[in-house]
Amino acid sequence: MTPRLLYPDRDSDWRWALQAATVRAGLRAGHRTAPPAGFDPSAGLPPNADDLVRDLGLQPLLEAMAGEDDLVFEVSRRLLLEATCADPAVVAHRQAALADCLDNPDAVLELYTISIEAADKLKGRYLGVLARYPDWVLRESVVTLTALLDSLRRLKSAADRHAPRFRSEVWKRFFAALRQDLEDSYLSEVQACLHALRLPHGILWSARLGPANKPTDFLLHPPPEGPRSWLERWKAWFRRGQDGYIFELSPRDEGGVKALEALRDRVLASAATAVGQAADHVRDFFSCLRAELAFYVGGLRLHDQLRRRGYPTCLPSVHSTGYNLSARSLYDPVLALTTDRAVVANDLEVDGKRLVLITGPNSGGKTTFLRSLGIAWLMAQAGLFVPAQSFAVSVCEGLLTHFKREEDPRLESGKFVEELRRMRSLVDLATARSVFFCNESFSSTNEREGSEIALQILDAFVEAGVRVFFVTHFFELADRFRARRSSSVLFLRAERDAQGRRTYRVVEAEPLPISYAEDVYQRVFGPGAVSVPAGRSG
Amino acid sequence: MDEGSSLLFPSAQPPPLRDRPPACLRDLELDRVVEAIVADRGEYGLEPVFYTPLRETDTVSFRQEVFRDFREPRVSDTVRAFASALRAVRAHLRRADKASYTLEKDRWFLDAAHLYVQAILALLEGLSSCPLHSRGLVRFRHRLAAYAASPAFRSLAEAAEGLQAELSSLRFAVLVQGLRVTVRPYRGEPDYAELVRSTFQRFRQAHSTPYAFEFRASTELNHVEAQILEGVSRLNPGLFLRVAEFRRTSGPLPAPWIDTFDREAQFYLGYLDFIAPLRAAGLPFCLPALRADNSEAFTEDCFDLALAAKLVAEGRLPVLNDFLFRSPERALVVTGPNQGGKTTFARAVGQVFYLASLGCPVPGRQAALPVPDHVLTHFPRGEHTLDLRGKLEDDLLRIREILQVATSKSVVIINEILSSTALRDARTLGRRLLGRLVELGCLCVWVTFLDELASLNEKTVSLVATVPPGQPEGRTFRVVRQPADGRAYAEALARRYRLTYHDVRQRFVP
Repeated sequence: MTPRLLYPDRDSDWRWALQAATVRAGLRAGHRTAPPAGFDPSAGLPPNADDLVRDLGLQPLLEAMAGEDDLVFEVSRRLLLEATCADPAVVAHRQAALADCLDNPDAVLELYTISIEAADKLKGRYLGVLARYPDWVLRESVVTLTALLDSLRRLKSAADRHAPRFRSEVWKRFFAALRQDLEDSYLSEVQACLHALRLPHGILWSARLGPANKPTDFLLHPPPEGPRSWLERWKAWFRRGQDGYIFELSPRDEGGVKALEALRDRVLASAATAVGQAADHVRDFFSCLRAELAFYVGGLRLHDQLRRRGYPTCLPSVHSTGYNLSARSLYDPVLALTTDRAVVANDLEVDGKRLVLITGPNSGGKTTFLRSLGIAWLMAQAGLFVPAQSFAVSVCEGLLTHFKREEDPRLESGKFVEELRRMRSLVDLATARSVFFCNESFSSTNEREGSEIALQILDAFVEAGVRVFFVTHFFELADRFRARRSSSVLFLRAERDAQGRRTYRVVEAEPLPISYAEDVYQRVFGPGAVSVPAGRSG
Repeated sequence: MDEGSSLLFPSAQPPPLRDRPPACLRDLELDRVVEAIVADRGEYGLEPVFYTPLRETDTVSFRQEVFRDFREPRVSDTVRAFASALRAVRAHLRRADKASYTLEKDRWFLDAAHLYVQAILALLEGLSSCPLHSRGLVRFRHRLAAYAASPAFRSLAEAAEGLQAELSSLRFAVLVQGLRVTVRPYRGEPDYAELVRSTFQRFRQAHSTPYAFEFRASTELNHVEAQILEGVSRLNPGLFLRVAEFRRTSGPLPAPWIDTFDREAQFYLGYLDFIAPLRAAGLPFCLPALRADNSEAFTEDCFDLALAAKLVAEGRLPVLNDFLFRSPERALVVTGPNQGGKTTFARAVGQVFYLASLGCPVPGRQAALPVPDHVLTHFPRGEHTLDLRGKLEDDLLRIREILQVATSKSVVIINEILSSTALRDARTLGRRLLGRLVELGCLCVWVTFLDELASLNEKTVSLVATVPPGQPEGRTFRVVRQPADGRAYAEALARRYRLTYHDVRQRFVP
C-alpha cells in the first residue's frame, strides 16, 4: 500500500518532511529542541537552495501555501526546490493529480484530515529504546494496529464515496488499491489475530540445544487456550508431572524472572517483527499519505487565494526538450498576494534563444520580472499551476541564481571576490541544460572589468547551450552583444512611457546607452558646463 | 619437538629474541608499523620477532621462502582460517573452565574438540592441495600429516562428531504460564510466527526496516536455562552421560607444537595483512635478492612504509624513489628544499634494509642488497630542552656511538644533524664525520643542508629532492641523482577563480 501521489514510481521522502515540519514547528513556537537524530535539513535540496529562496523570494510564497501548517510548508519547500531539476513524467503525474484536486477540494481535505487524525492517535506511542525488546514491540504494535484499524476503515469509506468523481490515473490507482487491500473480511481477520496475540494464557515454544547447550533455534507455537471446563482443569491437574519436567520460579527471584523474560523475547522476536513491521507500515502509510496530500493542500490554498484576488492561473505545458519559453500575463504571485495595487503582468516569447539580456532603468521592474519568471519556472517543474494566463517551458536541469548581494555587510571588503567565488561554485553545479538567473552580476566592480568577465562567462554559456537571463545596467556589456547581432540573444528592456515614467513592464527592446560622459563631464567641470555628445544613439 | 617445526628458524634450537626494540625502529617509524601489525594479535606476542633482525643470510632466505609460499592465496587463506579456528578453540576451552554448570562445561569442551578436529583437518587438506616450496612449511606439513593419521586423533574426531550431531538434532518444547515452566518433548506443533507473518503480509513493505532486537549476548547459562537444560537431560539421560564421559577421557588440546606454528604463522600473516591495502592501491613490494657483500645495493620504486600506510588510508599514494649504491659509492648525500621528501627518502632506505633483515618483502619493485649486521640511525628528536651547545654535543655523542658499533657491513642513516651549528663549523665537522663513515666502508645515507658534502669524494653520491620546473612553490617528492645546486625557493602564488572563457567552456565539454 503506497499513495504514490507525488511520484509515479516511488514514495516521497515523507520522513524528512515530517521531521522538517517538527523542527519548523519548534522554531516557530520558540522552542530550542535538538533536531531529530539523523535529520539532514538540506537532504534532497539542491546545493543552491538557500540562494533560490532568498533571490526568488520563495519564503512568502511558501507561507501563503502553508498558512499555519508546517508540514505543507516543508513539503512544498522541498518539492519546489527539488524541481530545479525536473522529470517530465513526474510533472505530468502531479499535474493530473492536481487537476483532480482542483475539481474536488473537499474530498482531498477529508482525506488529509483522516491522515492527520491517524497520526494524532499515535502521538506518544513512539517505542524509542524499547524497540529493542520484542515483547514490547509486540504489545505496542498490537495496540497501534488496533487503533489504526479504525482509521483504515474510515479511509476505505471515503474512498468508496469519492472515487467516482476522480478522473486521473493517479487517483484511480490509489482508490482501487485501498478498496482491494482493505476489504472488510480481511480487516476482521486482522482484528482476530491481534486479539490472540495478546497471549492471555502464556506461550508455548520449542528450541534445540545450541553452543554451550543454550537453547537456540526458537519456534513459537500457537498460544495455549485457557481451560474451558471444570473437567479439563481436573484432567490437567491429574496429568501434571507426567507430561514433563516442571519448575516454578519464585516471584522474588528477580534474576530468574529476567531470564524468563529474555527467553520470551527471543521466542517472540519473529512474530514481533511481523506485527511490528505491519504496524510500522500502516503508520508509515498514513504519514506518507499525509505528507503527499500536504503538497496538494498547499496548492489548493494558493490557488484559492490568487483566484479570490482575481489573478489567472494555468497548468503549464512542460517540454522535455528544446529551448521553448513563452508566457502570457506572467506575474509575481508573492506581489499579487501582498499588495493591493494591481500587479503588472508581462508577456514573453523567447523562442529558442539562449541568452536574454534585460536592461533598463533602476526600479523599473527588472528584478520583479526575473523573480516572477523564476517562480513560475520552478512551480511548473514542480508540477503545480503557474501564475500566468499561459506558460510553456522546456525543462531545465538546475536553476541557478546569481543575484547581487548588497545587503550583506560582512562581505564589504571582498564583494567582488565573493561574487566570483559564488559564480564559480554555480558553474560547478551547472550542466548544459541548466538555466541561470543573474541579477546585476559583477556590479561590485567597475563596468569595464565587470563587463569583460561577464562577457567571457556568457559566451561560454551560450556556446554550451546554457540558458541565461541576465539583468544588467552595464551598457558596455549589452552593447557588445547588440553589435554582434547574434541570433541566440534576446534583448528586453524595462519600459518607460512617453513621459519617461516607469511602467514596470518589460518589453522586447535593445539596450539604451546611459550618458556617463555627461555625468563625468559635469562632475569635473561643474554643473552647467557644455555637454559633450554621448555615445551612440539607441 | 624432535625434528623441530619452527616456521621462523631453520634450526631446531631457535636463537633468543630481543624484548626491546632497537633504537633505529623509532627513527625509521617502523615502531608504528609494528604496532599496527601486532595490534589485533596481542595474544601471540609477536613484537620480539620484529625487534630481532637476522644477520645470517640463510635464515633470511628461510623466511623469504615462507613468504613466497604465502604469496599463493590458497596457502595464506588456509593458514588464516586455521588461526581463526584455533582462536575459537581456545575461547571455547576458556569457557569450559569458567562455566558454572557441569552440563554446560561438558558441552563447551565437546564444541572445542569438534572445532579443533575440523581445524586440523582443514589445515592439512589446505596445505596438501597447494604446492609448497619453503623448507619451513614443507617440514610442518609432514609432521601435521603424521599427527592427523594417528589413532588418538582419529578416535577424538569420531567421538566429537557423533555427540555433536546427536545434541544438535534434539528439539524440546517449553510451556511458560506465568512463572511456571514445563519442559516436555516436542510433538510437531506448527510455527505460529509463520501464520502471523502471512496474516500481516499485506501490510509489509518491500523494504521494511528489520527490528534491531538486542539479545543479551551472554553465552553463559543462567539458572533458568540451566533448569530447562536439566529438564532436557532428564528426558534424554543416556546422551548426556556420554558427553560427560568424553570430557573426562580426552587429552589436553591443542598440541603445543600446533600452538607454536599458529603463533609463528602470525608473523607472516600480520606483515602481509599490513601491506595488503598498500598493494591493492598499486604500491610494489618485493623480496630482495641477497648479496654477499656491499659492492652493490639498490631498490627500485621504494617508499616510506609508515607514510604510505597513512596516505593510502586517506586515498592518496606516496611518491616512489630509487636508490643505488654501486662500488665504490658508499654514501648518498641528500639535499633539497624543505618538505621536499628528503627525510622520507632516508627513512625509506633504512626501512628497506631493516625489513629485508627480518626476511620480509620490502617496499619496492625490485631490490638487491646485503643483509646488514646493524641498521644505525640518527634523526633529530625535537628535544627543545637542549640548548644549541647541548644539541651539538648530543649529535656528536650519537655519531660516536654509531662509529663504535658500525662495521663495513652496517647501514647508517643520518638525518639533518649539525643544523644548529654555525655554517662554517658544520661544514668542517660534517666533512670529517662523513669522511670517517665512508672510510669505514658502511653504506650511508646523509640528509643535510650542506651542499658541499655532496661532492666530498668519489665515494659520495649527490641526490636532490626536486621541484617541478617553473613552480618553485611545488614539490615533486622525487629524490634524484643530480648535483646539489642550493637554489632558494619562493612560496605561494595568487589564487585564481577559474572563470575565464576557457575555464567555463571546459566545464561543459563532455
